Parts: sequence; C-alpha cells; structure tokens
Amino acid sequence: MTNKRTGQSSLPLGEMSAKGGQRGNLYNYIIGIADNSLILGQRLGELCGHGPSLETDIASTNISLDLFGQVRNYFQYAAQVIEDDTVTEDTIAFLRLERQYKNVLLVEQPNTDFGYTIVRQFLFDAYHLLFLRELENSKDATLAAIAKKSIKEVSYHWRFSSDWIRRLGDGTEESHQRVQEAVSDLWMYTDELFHQTDADKAMITQAIGVDTLKLKDTYYKMISEVLEESTLEVPESKYWHKGGKQGIHSEHMGYILSDMQYMQRTYPNMEW
Amino acid sequence: MSDKEVKNLEEIFEARITRDEKIEPKDWMPEKYRKTHIRQISQHAHSEIVGMLPEGNWISRAPSLRRKVALLAKVQDEAGHGLYLYSACETLGISREELYEQLHTGKAKYSSIFNYPTVSWADMGAIGWLVDGAAIINQVPLCSTSYGPYARAMIRVCKEESFHQRQGFEIMLKLANGTPEQKDMAQDALNRWWWPSLMMLGPTDAESVHTAQSMKWKLKRKTNDELRQQFIDQTVPQADLLGLTIPDSDLKWNEETGHYDFGEINWDEFWQVVKGHGPSNKKRMKDRVGAWDRGAWVRDAAMEYADKKEKRKNDTKKAV
Repeated sequence: MTNKRTGQSSLPLGEMSAKGGQRGNLYNYIIGIADNSLILGQRLGELCGHGPSLETDIASTNISLDLFGQVRNYFQYAAQVIEDDTVTEDTIAFLRLERQYKNVLLVEQPNTDFGYTIVRQFLFDAYHLLFLRELENSKDATLAAIAKKSIKEVSYHWRFSSDWIRRLGDGTEESHQRVQEAVSDLWMYTDELFHQTDADKAMITQAIGVDTLKLKDTYYKMISEVLEESTLEVPESKYWHKGGKQGIHSEHMGYILSDMQYMQRTYPNMEW
Repeated sequence: MSDKEVKNLEEIFEARITRDEKIEPKDWMPEKYRKTHIRQISQHAHSEIVGMLPEGNWISRAPSLRRKVALLAKVQDEAGHGLYLYSACETLGISREELYEQLHTGKAKYSSIFNYPTVSWADMGAIGWLVDGAAIINQVPLCSTSYGPYARAMIRVCKEESFHQRQGFEIMLKLANGTPEQKDMAQDALNRWWWPSLMMLGPTDAESVHTAQSMKWKLKRKTNDELRQQFIDQTVPQADLLGLTIPDSDLKWNEETGHYDFGEINWDEFWQVVKGHGPSNKKRMKDRVGAWDRGAWVRDAAMEYADKKEKRKNDTKKAV
C-alpha cells in the first residue's frame, strides 16, 4: 500500500500480507514467533540501569540482547521469504501498525516491579524453551538453525527466571506475597501461548511449525513444579485472556510502539 | 607500630612504586594511599553505573535493530565495568553497600558529564565519540597504575571503551553523511557535548587538589590540562572528517606550540554541575536511589533464601 500524500509505502505485513499461500503463511508464522521476542526484549530494555542490583541488571540486559539477536535472525529470514525489496528487518520491526504485531499479551505486560518482570519472564521462558526444542526439528532448515542457536540462550533465561522464582517465593514474607500476586495476575495470559493462528496450522501440517497444543501439558507441569517448590500457589483460573495473536492488544501496546517506533516514524526513510 | 617503623615501611612502599612494582591488596600501604584509591576507584565505578542512565534513555527508541543491540551491549559493558571496579575497590576493605551509600547520599562524586540530558539519538554518537574518547585519554595511563587490582581492571575497561568510542564515531559518521535533518542532529549534539567533554577532564591544574600526590602514586601520569590538550588535538581532525564544526570560535592550530589553541572554558558551569546543580543531577540520583530502594525487597529475599538453603543443607548433613 502506498500513501498518496507521503509516497511512503506502508508495508503489507502480518496477516494483512498481500501475499497469500505458502510464502504468506511462512512469513506470518515467522513474524508470530519473532514478535514475542521483540516485545519482551523491548520491555526488558526499558529496565536497563534500573534493576535491584548490578548483577540482575546485567542479566536482564543480557536476556534482552539475546532476544533481539533472535529477532534479527527471524526478521531477516522473513524479509527474504516475502520477496519484496522494500522489506527489511527494520521495516518489519518498526513500521507496522499495532494490529499487525502478533505477540501474545503476556510479553507486553508492564514492568510493574521485579516480581512481575521475573514472573512474566518465567512464564514465557518455559514456553519458549519447549517451543524451540521442537522448532529445532522443523523441516525448514533456517528456522531449525535459528532454534538450535537460541536454545542455548533460552535455557539460560529459564534457569535465571526459575531461580529467581525460587528466591522470591521462598524468600521473605514480602517477596512471597509480591511474587504470588504477580503469578496470579499474569497466569491468565498463559493459555494464549498455545493458541494457533491459520498460519500456525498451515505450518504445522507441513512439519515446519510446532504443534504447540502438544506442549501444553508439559508446560503447566514444568512451571507448576517450580512454583510448588517455591512454596507458591498454582492459580486455578478458568478464565483466559487472548487477542495478541490476532493483533488485538492491551492498552500497553500503543505506548510500547510509540516509544519503539519513535525514530522511524519521526524521520522516515533514513538510514542509521 | 612506632613512628620510625611506619616511616621505614613508607620508604619501602614508595621505593616499590618507583620500581614500578604493583601493590596488592594484602601488602602494607599507607592509610592515605588506601583512602585515595577508594575515592578514585569508587568515583570511577559510580561514573560507570550513573553513566548507564543517559544512554539507557535511548535503548527503547534506538532507530534500528542493529543500533538497539549495540546500545544494549554498550550499556551492559558499563554495568560490567562498574562491577569489576567495585570489586577492585572492595579489596581495599570497603563494602559495595558502603560505596552505594556514599553515592546515594552525595558524599561520593561521579563524572559530571552524566548530569547532562540525552535529548536526541545523535547524543548516543556524541557520547561514544567524545565522552568515551575523553575517558580513554584519562584511563589508558591507569592500566599501569601502582595498585594491581585497579590496573588489571583498567586494562579490560580500556579495551571495551575504545570499541565504544569507535561505535560512537560510526553513529556520528552515519548522521553526518545522512539527510540534512540527520546532519543537524549531529551538529547539535556536538554543540551540546563539546564543552562538557572538555570539563570532564577535570579542573585546571591550578585548581586541582589531588594532582601532585596522584602523580607520585601513578594514579595520574599527566595533568588535567595536558590531558585536555591531548583530547582536543586528537578530536579536532575527527570533527573535520565528519564535516562538523566544533563550537569554539577561538579554536585554531598553533604552529609554534604544535597544539590547538582553544577558548575559555566556563568553569562556573563546571562547578555548578559538580555541586549538584546541573540539568540532570537530581534526576540521575533519583533514578539510582529509586532503583536501589525499589530493589531492597528483592535483595532481602535473595539473602533470606540463601540462608534458608544453607540451613537446610546443614540440617541434612546432621541427619545423615
């Protein structure tokens, strides 16, 4: 789509991709995976220099760096797949409309405090790790290679976040209470991790994508074990929040994007 | 210990420094040496962690993924520098908590340059190019300073700083060769960061209270004014290469001295900032103290958990 006034093209991205068929599905599938890392990386980046200790600051920056590294791999691949010279990793990252970002609601939740930050990380890492272990067997060689490289990093993320769940859960009364509140508040976003879009389903059929439904039991077992070990209660919510994978986000998302897209929107068509 | 014995130890100590031997944590050292080193190393560590804030301000808005990753990595390096400088400082018998306390109460200083706001993306370039550039000039001589742990920390710091400076220059180069808006952004950043960068190298020799003693202990190899001249001589050609104008109408090459002459530095501004009244002093401290206070329950939990774990381990041992 070209904007007649500015002459700029607003790229057909996300499910609004002009391309359908195999390429369109693969493209949407890659974006769906990468957007989770993009938005979580962005959230963690906001914390740089503001952590509870120098060590946790370094660790959360490190996780953010890993996630952005993965995002670049995915988006560079997506740009190849879409076969459009105007598409680059940066146009994908910075020039979409909010509705075209497909991350789950969990990762856009704010850095309310260290408890929320760690619980958000923990709930995502468990999924991310299980997901990548399957993606490593993808028939798509590029996705398999990205997964293989990322597993090492995400194993570390999981170790970091689950260790902190133990410390906070089984630490002081205050930390227990705070982290329990975060678990209870963020729990309702976990189910969406396993939802499947049309692109997901198409890729699963071809053994390119991961059948996330099969990961669900292991996921809840994995996180429940750590929570119980940490003397925390596993919530029994029957109500779930969803929408991110369809591009319907929480109110937080607009602010994340206005921050993230600030330079690209203010100074269009420039190189940095 | 008698005065005579102390004097004898001091003589042996000074002779070791003259011979370029490293002083290690367990060695005897004069109390003044210890205190001076705590002051300088902690000031340096504080500068690293306060310095994370002005650059951290642009992580969420970095204009490309590549720049975002590089900036994140840079700020993370600064946290790392803070970490090993605090560790070096701790070898002198002071805890990190005490050092933080000094920072948070304003007893300890950090580099005045970080009390200026970062208002555009070009500031990320200017900080790398100018601030890290000035820092390197200050720090390279410290790789061979007399206190072993500090000298070793500085070798690593300097390697990374020189990478940061190249990265900053590269940001400026891209802007200087970009669109008119980008070039304006770069020039504006240079205008704002030039004078604070010169001030960053410290007060003039006449006003510098610690220089003589620090020279003797190799905590300093050149005076502030010498370092400043070196920085200017090195940076002017780089600005020319970028096609940017240094905001000093008195700046000109002096054939006789072989150095650039430069204009009057506004020392009133320098002292205003040092005394806590720069544009961002209050915000920087509020951010640091805020992060520390908000993190108290997290650190308490980690301590409590470690104690519980240790206790459980001992209980298991006893049971066996």
